[in-house]
Amino acid sequence: MVAAEDVLLFVNAATASTGQREFHGDALGQEMSLDFLHEYMLVNYRDLYATTLALGINDHNAVLAIRRLLATGRDATAEQKAAEGALIARRLRELPPPRVFRLFTALRRDGVNNRRTRAVIRDWMASLDSPAYHAVKYRTGFKAGLKHAHIDVGDGELRDFLFGPLERKPYTTPILETWRQAHYNSGALYKLPYTVAEGFAAKHGIKREIFLERIGDRMTPLERLRTGEDALDPLALIDGGAKYGGPPVPWLTRLAVRVLALPLDERAARRAEFTDALRAFAAAEAGKLAGTWGRVTAVLDDSFSSFGSPVKRRRPLAVALACHFLLEALAAQGQYTPLWMSGRDDPLLAYPSGATPLGLRLIDALETAPERIVVVSDGWDNSPPGLAGEVLRVWRTRLDPQQRVDIVHVNPVFDAEALDVRALSPSVPSVGIRDAEDLVPLVELAQFAQGRLGLPELLAYLDGRVRRFLGAD
Amino acid sequence: MRIDLSGLRTGPAQVWGALRLVPLLRDEPVESLRLHGVAYEGAWRSQVKLTNTTSYYSYVPHGFVADWNPESGDGAQSAAYGTQIVDKSTTVRGMPMPVHRRMAQKLGKRRVRFLPLHLAMEGYLALHFDGPPVAWREWSDRFVQHGLSPRSEASYNGAAVPGLRDALRVFEIHEGQSGVLVYAADALAAAFVVPHPDDYRELHPTLVLDMYGELVYQYALMMPAVRDFHTRLEDDTIISLADLRAAARAQSRSWAEFHDTVMANALLSHDYTAERAYQMGDFDLVRFRPAFKPGDENHIGEAITDGAGRIAYLKTFRLSEAQIRRGYLLELLASNGWRLSAAAASIGTTAEDLRGRIRAAGFEMMLREKAK
Repeated sequence: MVAAEDVLLFVNAATASTGQREFHGDALGQEMSLDFLHEYMLVNYRDLYATTLALGINDHNAVLAIRRLLATGRDATAEQKAAEGALIARRLRELPPPRVFRLFTALRRDGVNNRRTRAVIRDWMASLDSPAYHAVKYRTGFKAGLKHAHIDVGDGELRDFLFGPLERKPYTTPILETWRQAHYNSGALYKLPYTVAEGFAAKHGIKREIFLERIGDRMTPLERLRTGEDALDPLALIDGGAKYGGPPVPWLTRLAVRVLALPLDERAARRAEFTDALRAFAAAEAGKLAGTWGRVTAVLDDSFSSFGSPVKRRRPLAVALACHFLLEALAAQGQYTPLWMSGRDDPLLAYPSGATPLGLRLIDALETAPERIVVVSDGWDNSPPGLAGEVLRVWRTRLDPQQRVDIVHVNPVFDAEALDVRALSPSVPSVGIRDAEDLVPLVELAQFAQGRLGLPELLAYLDGRVRRFLGAD
Repeated sequence: MRIDLSGLRTGPAQVWGALRLVPLLRDEPVESLRLHGVAYEGAWRSQVKLTNTTSYYSYVPHGFVADWNPESGDGAQSAAYGTQIVDKSTTVRGMPMPVHRRMAQKLGKRRVRFLPLHLAMEGYLALHFDGPPVAWREWSDRFVQHGLSPRSEASYNGAAVPGLRDALRVFEIHEGQSGVLVYAADALAAAFVVPHPDDYRELHPTLVLDMYGELVYQYALMMPAVRDFHTRLEDDTIISLADLRAAARAQSRSWAEFHDTVMANALLSHDYTAERAYQMGDFDLVRFRPAFKPGDENHIGEAITDGAGRIAYLKTFRLSEAQIRRGYLLELLASNGWRLSAAAASIGTTAEDLRGRIRAAGFEMMLREKAK
């Protein structure tokens, strides 16, 4: 039983926290708490710790877990190593390349260079679609990985590109040849990946505006977002996904983040367009489950703390917004009621402000007589404090002891001091969430948090998830 | 004068470390009076000219502009760093020194600028500032001739109070909130009320620029975190959702009642001596001081009240124990016609003991060392 609780605690933390500053806590506290939880899991439940790689923990924590597993290979049995190896290889393929290269650099810094680590790096590098592209775009990391794992790249031109002086001409691989030409020819640099072209543009003294205008189509959607030059048309995201590294991209949440970053006037003006796009994404995410959840009421947090922090701007609010559309798709037609904390009822114009009357909203939600209530909130219930927990306690003990209404709380914020996401009440499961897309598996997982199902069931469930995860390709 | 907070409701408190912030909500904002903030640069040493001969020096980072019927500019001056030899082309090196004229200054037909809390603090500092009207022989020549000048008090800037900046940052401002009471380890540290919720939203961050008493600083620094007053519902009487809602409402009401009668009691139930600083239409800008009771909670402050005495604006400063004692001694002496023996007799002690108390309070310069 303890193991099940510990695993869920860890999964909550590793799903919600990215080691970045949150509204109520700083980055250092988050890092320290995560470090502790990772160490605790590794020492006590090594098997389960590796299994969490299949559970949709976020990229930041996946990298931390992989680092720890690879560094402590000597404590593992051969059987464990094989299981871990498969999970690590699979998870690495889902990570965006910059994170993987950062992981390799970290492994080198830690002095982790055992046979398994070298094999993992080698396999990942071998599985790349176009090594030359990655060699150009992530040159330092690519080189570091090769050197650290003692990988022989052969006598080809890739070796000359990475390790030789700039002598060979011409290259037969197109991207390497473009890279060579970009040294002399300012026209060629526009065919290179954006980050590499940026350096060459500086070298040739090209004006920033002209550069951005011409490089436009070489940027990935995220890079275009970062330069902030032309506001990304969210509809372009539907087919823009092809350029981005990892396959399971949470576009629905990303779109919600993007929409919330726009000024209210623009959101109001383009309301139909955004609503359609969000509905379309949500329908795609819901897939076969669309319309199967029956009568659903959502309690969504748009209090001031849903602002997040300057590094995770409006993240909790964006998760709430994305969950709103996802739940709308999951609920039966016309059987969905959203209740925002502020009492406003226009999700597209949501902005963080006001207190968190979670308890009163929960009473409102219970009055709609739903089959399922989903609460999306950071759990800082302050108006009045602690009412939500009391409402849930009284509801569960006095008004609904048979648990006819399924209540689940998803929390996008990890509370570093408590080492867990802030729960509302012991009688209702609270799970961490990073992307709204994970809502369905998290609600599955939540039934373990409630203590209704024990460790054997959890292990069976985890086995299923691992098999699905490994068999997915 | 009593502090009359009618029109303001107490909201649920929010807690951060040893600080508890209790919002005050207005159902009907005061529309006919608005407040804006003005930030001053180079505020580290500001001078406020009170009269031709008297000035008030302090850290004045911001001011408020009261506008009672919906351009500011202060001349730049500087103080030179010692004697410098300069030629015609170079300027004297100096630090900028904003000079404000008066605590409350007219800025237009229906606008006035005043320096928040400094107005109240100046009132406290100027308490019996002129010294005794009769040159009794127990007082020193200097005290008789120059009064208490220079008189100074120390306080802590809000930024120095541990946790206050974070507490204000994470505080979730309520809909319609027009004021806040700040508690440090559940001792009332400051009260702040403005006429309109929009003004509050604008001025909420300026609480960190204000000054706070010593007690507030020490409590915020040393006291353990305070706990939320968690809601408790009596579940044996609840049989429906309507009961649940009623119980929740009753809990909110009982918290507000508890707060108003227990936690904020000392601020609200005391009598204050008020002094009008400016009259603006129906509103009066007043500063007030307490009866200076040692060992008790004493707040000085300033307020804007409407014709009926209701508070439109309020800002208070909690005096430290030493400050209360100084105020108490000055009031005691003044009320006894500046006769040491009479004052001592009125509190049932000896003149020598009272001398000792005056010395301990930091007013040694008042007393004549040797009898004439």
